[in-house]
Amino acid sequence: MKYLDEFSDPDLAKKLLDQIHAATTRKWAMMEVCGGQTHSIIRHGIDQLLPDGVEMIHGPGCPVCVTPLEIIDRALAIAARPGVIFCSFGDMLRVPGSSQDLFSVRSAGGDVRVVYSPLDALKLARENPDREVVFFGIGFETTAPANAMTVYQAERLGVRNFSLLVSHVLVPPAIAAIMESSTCRVQAFLAAGHVCSVMGTAEYPPLAQKYKVPIVVTGFEPLDILEGVRRTVVQLEAGRHEVENAYPRAVRDEGNVPAMEMLRDVFEVTDRTWRGIGAIPRSGWRLSGKYRAFDAEQRFDVMDIHTAESSLCRSGEVLQGLIKPHACDAFGKECTPRNPLGATMVSSEGACAAYYTHRRLELVDAK
Amino acid sequence: MAEVTDLTAEVPGLDFEGWVCPVPLRDIPSIVMGHGGGGAMSGELIEHLFLPAYGSAAASDLGDSAVLTVGSGIRLAFSTDSFVVKPMFFPGGSIGDLAVNGTVNDLAMSGATPLFLSTAFILAEGTELSALGRIARALGRAAESAGVRLVTGDTKVVERASGDGVYINTSGIGVVPAGVDIHARRARPGDAVLVSGDIGVHGVAVMSCREGLEFGTTVESDTAPLHGLVADMLATGADLHVLRDPTRGGVSASLNEIARASDVGIELVERLLPVPPTVRDACSLLGLDPLQVANEGKLIAIVPAGDADQVLAAMRAHPLGRSACRVGRCVPDHAGMVVARTGLGGSRVIGLPIGEQLPRIC
Repeated sequence: MKYLDEFSDPDLAKKLLDQIHAATTRKWAMMEVCGGQTHSIIRHGIDQLLPDGVEMIHGPGCPVCVTPLEIIDRALAIAARPGVIFCSFGDMLRVPGSSQDLFSVRSAGGDVRVVYSPLDALKLARENPDREVVFFGIGFETTAPANAMTVYQAERLGVRNFSLLVSHVLVPPAIAAIMESSTCRVQAFLAAGHVCSVMGTAEYPPLAQKYKVPIVVTGFEPLDILEGVRRTVVQLEAGRHEVENAYPRAVRDEGNVPAMEMLRDVFEVTDRTWRGIGAIPRSGWRLSGKYRAFDAEQRFDVMDIHTAESSLCRSGEVLQGLIKPHACDAFGKECTPRNPLGATMVSSEGACAAYYTHRRLELVDAK
Repeated sequence: MAEVTDLTAEVPGLDFEGWVCPVPLRDIPSIVMGHGGGGAMSGELIEHLFLPAYGSAAASDLGDSAVLTVGSGIRLAFSTDSFVVKPMFFPGGSIGDLAVNGTVNDLAMSGATPLFLSTAFILAEGTELSALGRIARALGRAAESAGVRLVTGDTKVVERASGDGVYINTSGIGVVPAGVDIHARRARPGDAVLVSGDIGVHGVAVMSCREGLEFGTTVESDTAPLHGLVADMLATGADLHVLRDPTRGGVSASLNEIARASDVGIELVERLLPVPPTVRDACSLLGLDPLQVANEGKLIAIVPAGDADQVLAAMRAHPLGRSACRVGRCVPDHAGMVVARTGLGGSRVIGLPIGEQLPRIC
């Protein structure tokens, strides 16, 4: 971990910032796709240090934020059932469904547990053969391999009391959907380094060419982000639109081949609804036919649960980079991290929560 | 749990309208874990349920400890705290150590010399006597080490289904020396913000065995009684304005409470915060903020800027304050808010934790 210190070095950061300032001659709007990058940008105050001409638009890359309300409500219905142990990553517990969250299900007697890996949930299933253990498998291409491996292991070991509630989504179709929008302001993308560490970079050149946008694969430490921004600005200023890898210590062009093979075996591409954005064709994964028996939605028969989003919440526009979080009338009033109307206010990676938590100062000053 | 809801229905004068946003008591008819997290939800439960329900019988804001004047001017510090930590044994200590040090430290934060503790045990049916014996011995040793007498106690047993292991409540009494006036309302613009050493250690130690996580090296809890350190700080003659031990909710919760109580802004310099590598790495892995992680053997001191150097010197001369450092200052701007200057030169608001810290997915 000491190695990472070098990627937060203030002197090196200043050099990179100077280069970005020197290279920027006009206004550019670029989107960091990944919520982890949004969190890092706000956490380190990076956007305050960039030139006025460089606008960071916070993209839809927080897996918690884009999980549709409908799926949350299905999760709540499953978690409330007697005999179920419902396992989830921590920050999903506070995501509001239409009337409650997983914390309140737990308070009412549901067995809801925070785990750090889907394999922990599989272990629980083996230790509790008389209970149904469900893991909430959300996320982008980054978290999907571990979930795929868990289902593969469940099948191999014959663990029949384990199932996966799947809500996996894919980055490249989201980039395409953003660029297809008539209101799109995005001129370049910082691609999510961890997604590319799994999937490689092959899916991005067609997008860069079709939409004429630079796409720079970027990491998460402060210097990674600054280097990603620097390279993006250089491309924009030169009128280029190429795919660059600014995160070579983690990303190879071919990606993680064994992980991709596992994903192809366990999952198949499907249409997915994104919270706040809507349906994007072929933008997610579901369990493939071979593993459909492990699909919690079918096992618990919750497919008929359908719910609508809050009419006040403008998280969809935030996720698409059309408005900043505080431009929403509900921001900081009806909608706070304590009482989130939309998922962008729930996860600490969500753009609204990041603004509310770390940016209240300038919002106060602006009043 | 249903009593809570019933209570709100039966007690007149509960005012929900002042709440900034809808709260669990309104939205959720029962207690959730976040109500015990030491953050905003805990505070709101006190402010909007307990205090109105207690009415005129409530003598204070129900803080960690109260200073009471009895007889001819003797000032007693009185505090109570309950301990429900899981696991009961962790690297560097146990629930027995915490039960003494937690209450001793609550007394010490008002400048008191702790004298007497009560110990009340609530035991779940099926608890191993050998485990209870280990906890009791740890508690006894911690009391001896802190120089406090265990003077009264109670034991109750609940059915296996109603509890899990061992819960301990300790209440304590101490004497506040003449001339000492330490309170969260006394922070002033210009004051220095000091911490006595590495932050986040206890929380990471407990998490590492609660969640079965390995962080490469064993992180040991920093649980310790701090009244000796406080006595040495007072002996400098400095006017200590505020002392807090940042337990649940961490440094962030304590500083936010001080900023609000004193109506001052607090400005931290992130690079000065003593976050040890193990804590930083664990938090980085889990997506947690070290400023929100619990401590059990550390204190925050708010002192006049002119007294800061001598107080720091006294802290560093004490075994529990060797790594003490200045991390920021109180300012007249952004009253009630804590702001950190980041390592790169930007700034961010350090918010009050809401309920429990939740590990992030990625």
